[in-house]
Amino acid sequence: MYLVVEQLLNGLQFGLLLFLLAAGLTLVFGIMDFVNLAHGSLYMMGAYFAATFVAWTGSFVLGALMALGATLLLGIALEYVALRHLYGRDHLDQVLATFGLILFFNDAVRLIWGPAGLALPLPTWLTVPVQIIPGVYYPAYRLMIIAVALAVAAMLYLVVMRTRVGMLIRAGASNREMIGALGINIKLLFTLVFGLGAALAGLAGLMQAPILTVQIGMGENILILAFVIIVIGGIGSIRGAFMAAIFVGIIDTMGRAFLPDLLRKVLSGAAASTAAPALSSMLIYLLMAIILVLRPEGLFPAAKR
Amino acid sequence: MMPKLNASNAVAALMCAALILLPVYSAATGNIFILTLFTRITIYALAAASLNLIMGYGGMMSFGHAAYLGIGGYAVGILAAEGIGSGFIQWPVALVVSALFALLIGALSLRTRGVYFIMITLAFAQMAYYVASALSRYGGDDGLTVYKRSDFAGLINLSDRNQFYYLCLACLFGGLYLIWRIVNSRFGLVVQGVRSNEQRMQAIGFHANRYRLVCFVISGTICGLAGALLANNTDFVSPAVMYWTRSGDLMVMVILGGMGSLFGPVVGAIVYLLLEELLSQFTEFSGLILGPVLLLIVLFARGGIMGLLGRMRRG
Repeated sequence: MYLVVEQLLNGLQFGLLLFLLAAGLTLVFGIMDFVNLAHGSLYMMGAYFAATFVAWTGSFVLGALMALGATLLLGIALEYVALRHLYGRDHLDQVLATFGLILFFNDAVRLIWGPAGLALPLPTWLTVPVQIIPGVYYPAYRLMIIAVALAVAAMLYLVVMRTRVGMLIRAGASNREMIGALGINIKLLFTLVFGLGAALAGLAGLMQAPILTVQIGMGENILILAFVIIVIGGIGSIRGAFMAAIFVGIIDTMGRAFLPDLLRKVLSGAAASTAAPALSSMLIYLLMAIILVLRPEGLFPAAKR
Repeated sequence: MMPKLNASNAVAALMCAALILLPVYSAATGNIFILTLFTRITIYALAAASLNLIMGYGGMMSFGHAAYLGIGGYAVGILAAEGIGSGFIQWPVALVVSALFALLIGALSLRTRGVYFIMITLAFAQMAYYVASALSRYGGDDGLTVYKRSDFAGLINLSDRNQFYYLCLACLFGGLYLIWRIVNSRFGLVVQGVRSNEQRMQAIGFHANRYRLVCFVISGTICGLAGALLANNTDFVSPAVMYWTRSGDLMVMVILGGMGSLFGPVVGAIVYLLLEELLSQFTEFSGLILGPVLLLIVLFARGGIMGLLGRMRRG
């Protein structure tokens, strides 16, 4: 039973991390109608920045904050130099251009930091296990990820639903031309939204960094998961992305943890040990395929254009 | 009917002539490397051409096309590992399995449109990737070595460099001819009609999705053939062939060369793979140049290289 609680928390933590990544993606997709494959690269850059700045300053929190700022600036620069010229173009053009950016970032990282991965050590106060319910200990760092991600999600909700900028973002998502015609500086708005998305991706990357190694290509696997989430949740819907991210995080983690044992009860040992890893990795894609076949617009489609 | 003499047709004709004469050049100069490089290029060109059939003419943006490369490859690899070395069995199996996979995922994916279609095809390709990674009997993650190339009973020897190159080239030209015939047939016109206006085609009585599905299956089958060739070329097949970035590479080749142009994907494959190869000769960080080049092509050369050539003619 304790194992189930622990795995549920792991799933929640992974799901919230995916939400940070998916939120930026769905904002950019929903508002600018822009498919950004390079979102995973921003996630990777966040992790590399964090590893560098933490080693440099010697403080985890300070390094993380600097990395966050650096990804924000990188996102804004990227949008300003290249990506803003691609709005309104065909999705395929955007796929091609941002695919080129992935190649660029991977080799840029290899040039600057070398081909070997980096490690981001945690400060001691984050490595202690915390007793959450009697008898169940959970790593403090993972709890912190959950707390930070929930706080960011709440803040994002407040900004989008309760502020003037948020109103403009929502208006932009439902009719881009109209808010431009009403005299809003959409170029600036788009740059801000893109920077926000980049910072969220960077935050996800730097928080994931101490758990996994910081390495080239780390953004590519997780990018596809983020796309799965925004498709399941309905493109452009932050609420949908939140629900779908937690759903995906928990199903993926639980599948990996318990599917092998479940299969062993049904199948012979050899067959189960072959099928289990495949099935648990496929679970998410299977889920998405089923959802798309049954509800081609996702579970929580944003308001119709 | 004589094709018009213009820049894009001239480039296509020159390219075909150069591809046919390449082994002569290779034998004359003793440059074996260029032959092996172009063997790989023709195989990817065939895969890109098959993707172009659904993307350029059918308007179906498949982001999972590399799955067929893997399926065709694994069909050859697994049969070879089980002791069935005859190409007369391996290749038809590769084609049939690719066709069945395309039929299955096509029937499900074609319920969606646009970005959702891109994502669902990607999802199915990722599933194929994970299935292949879990085939521990056939190498799993590490891949499967094909110790003996397909055996065609003395008809053709795939281990001979020149014969294998010409086989790949013949498959490429055969595939392009098939695609050209399809595109200009009644069936192909319906598929293109569905791309430009689905409602109208439905209204005049065509079952749009049925046409789309058949087109999707043909494309997957051709790509499965490319997969069988690829496994023979590298003597190896691994899940990495099906990874989503490989599907991305195929898409890049199609868009780079010119979507919806018969020779576009061939030009795209040649330029993309040559650029990758040339850059890796003098820098190990080829992506630093290749990436921005892709970006610049998108920004300044709409319609790919063939589109650029078409505009040149008009001045």
